[in-house]
Amino acid sequence: MPDAPEKTIAAVLARHKGDGTRLMQILREVQEELGWLAPETITEIARGIGWPRARVEGTAAFYSFFHTRPRGKYCVLWSDNITDRMLGNRDLMLALCKKLWLEPARLSEDGLVSVNTTSCTGMCDQGPAVLVNYRAITRMTPERVDQMAELIRNQVPLDEWPADWFRVEDNIRRKDALLDHGLVPGEALAAAMEKGSKAFLDEVKASGLRGRGGAGFTTGMKWEICRDAPGSAHYVVCNADEGEPGTFKDRVLLTSYADLVFEGMTLAGYAVGAQKGLLYLRGEYRYMKDALEAVLARRRGEKLLGSRILDKDFTFDIEIHFGAGAYICGEESALIESLEGKPGRPRIRPPFPVTRGYLDQPTTVNNVETLAASCLVARHGGAWYAKLGTAKSAGTKLMSVSGDVERPGIYEYPYGVTVAQILADAGARDTQAVQVSGPSGVCVAAEEFGRRICFEDIPTAGAFMVFDESRDMFEVARNFAHFFAHESCGFCTPCRVGTQVVARLMDKLAENHGSPYDIDEMFKMHRLMQGASHCGLGNSACNPLFDTLNKFRPAYERRLKSLEYEPAFDLDAALSQARQMTRRDDAGAHLSNED
Amino acid sequence: MNANTATPAKTKLRVATTSLAGCFGCHMSFLDIDERILQLVELVEFDRSPITDIKHCGPCDLGIIEGGVCNAENVHVLHEFRKNCKILVAMGACAVNGGLPAQRNHLDLRDILEEVYQTEPGLTHGGIPNDPELPLPLNKVHPIHEVVKIDYFLPGCPPPADAIWKFLTDLLAGRTPHLGHGLLHYD
Repeated sequence: MPDAPEKTIAAVLARHKGDGTRLMQILREVQEELGWLAPETITEIARGIGWPRARVEGTAAFYSFFHTRPRGKYCVLWSDNITDRMLGNRDLMLALCKKLWLEPARLSEDGLVSVNTTSCTGMCDQGPAVLVNYRAITRMTPERVDQMAELIRNQVPLDEWPADWFRVEDNIRRKDALLDHGLVPGEALAAAMEKGSKAFLDEVKASGLRGRGGAGFTTGMKWEICRDAPGSAHYVVCNADEGEPGTFKDRVLLTSYADLVFEGMTLAGYAVGAQKGLLYLRGEYRYMKDALEAVLARRRGEKLLGSRILDKDFTFDIEIHFGAGAYICGEESALIESLEGKPGRPRIRPPFPVTRGYLDQPTTVNNVETLAASCLVARHGGAWYAKLGTAKSAGTKLMSVSGDVERPGIYEYPYGVTVAQILADAGARDTQAVQVSGPSGVCVAAEEFGRRICFEDIPTAGAFMVFDESRDMFEVARNFAHFFAHESCGFCTPCRVGTQVVARLMDKLAENHGSPYDIDEMFKMHRLMQGASHCGLGNSACNPLFDTLNKFRPAYERRLKSLEYEPAFDLDAALSQARQMTRRDDAGAHLSNED
Repeated sequence: MNANTATPAKTKLRVATTSLAGCFGCHMSFLDIDERILQLVELVEFDRSPITDIKHCGPCDLGIIEGGVCNAENVHVLHEFRKNCKILVAMGACAVNGGLPAQRNHLDLRDILEEVYQTEPGLTHGGIPNDPELPLPLNKVHPIHEVVKIDYFLPGCPPPADAIWKFLTDLLAGRTPHLGHGLLHYD
């Protein structure tokens, strides 16, 4: 029997010393024990951290993975990225629902189970993927669906489910400088500390290393501004929120290259003068917790973390924070809000996090891959690193390849590789288009496959979703439109309303009610959201739409019902209930679009 | 005659207005332009409108619609306006979004009819009216842009007279209507 709820809550609060900025972790841990966040639980937590109750509820309600209503004993969430769809997740989900006598998104009457969809869980190379009680399961099949329904009905604890289901493969297909680093833990750090922090920072600047999250800000400059910014403490944050559908490289780095990532964070701490690093890991990767904690513990034992690192006057330690299913938290200022226990809404910038970030102190937020790559700079020097890749894009890039290819997985290339090269290596055939950098990125059509992956041409966080000629690019864009409508944080009207309007227009077209006016309206929305949204989510939400409308316009046009304006619904069918109730069937009891 | 005179002979624009599933509040707000209506009639003449009591709309430059679409007659009227008006404007919250009448959308129409005409105590139980003269209600109430193409939207419940005035004078002068600060608000 679990302890009384009050005891559980008190224990979690004590573990976090009643610190409200740790609210995300408090909520997650309490929910893991109690199943959901009941109103009285929220009241209790608010009292414990001394915050107004409404603020605590505001945070709890913001994140998809926090439940403020009772949740089933089994909560099954199907990853709903387009790559999962292409692998048949919809049919599998409906089959599971049928077996469990259940409608999607509804809790079963006995409170046992709910089945729903969630945004991409980062298993695109081994889908269809699900989360069961937030534990990742890969490679779903009809057989597994049958077995899963059985396990749930018999209430078998998750720990006793087939271990094979929880296996997550790295699928590393091509290694280059980073994945073949050949460094032993501590080697890069020792090299940097040999040089001294200022000289190391100069090496990073000389290396030309740029952010791997997609925006490509120069890492050396970011670290220098942060180092020079006044503050009572400096912080290093590793952005492992990896929410962009189609991206899974950070998962692989943290699974098999955790030492490199943590060492990169330590290097950043050394360069900017921070004593604390925070790894913000997306909630979908909760299953990595124990392994990562073990690596941290080992590194502390090896004097690579903690006080007097490598017996020198440098103190630094790393803590892991978990997100709770919000794509927007990949934006660095939203991520910091989340780290402080608040809803992940992007801040108004400036001030930028480098001067006023976590707890209002200078903070450098870097991508997992950037930090890992900084180890190479520390070990081999800036000049060596600058020689890799192209003139403005030094180094290598991890590409997360998924979709219609024979060998999905992680491919590392020096910057400058062509789209065609990646397609050939991954065994893609009859390729129609590639969505580079996820829904907010670029849709590349066949005639552009000579384009290169680098900041000079196509910048990317690494997602590379491949669509062959059998795929309908309209459905790809529609999936992305719904993704953005779901993930908009709701703060600004252009994005909150605009993403919904676009999703509805796409549905109108999908249901064959569309006309050219609807396409005009979508272009109008694109311009409006790009210009008026508060952050990058709204700015880029219409990118896939805009690209596919330009490059695959017939995919839209053949859905148009007419070149005249078309109603969003069937006019005659809209009188059906009144006809039924009045038993009328005269001419006046019918409607058409032409009268 | 001087061939260089570029000023065309002044023809008045024809304007039609109607209220569908609305409360006529927008039309009342329209009348709140007060004495400016004298300037307006210098520029326009009214076709079908509650102001003229003309029953059917002929070819017009501008059509202004108040209210959403809740029954078959609304659909016919809206089609008539769209067919005859070069520019069609949705005026007010009900036309733009469905507004108050759309509050019934979370109920099933059959349940509503049954309760109102058959089961609810205190109401006369005359049965659900089925005279062919009466327009049938639609299953749901819709904003007008879901039925025909709408060119401009004038939000507000009702839009204030100054907003309507600004909107119309912009349109009549050939400018894309733009409600600036103070004219666009939601309280």
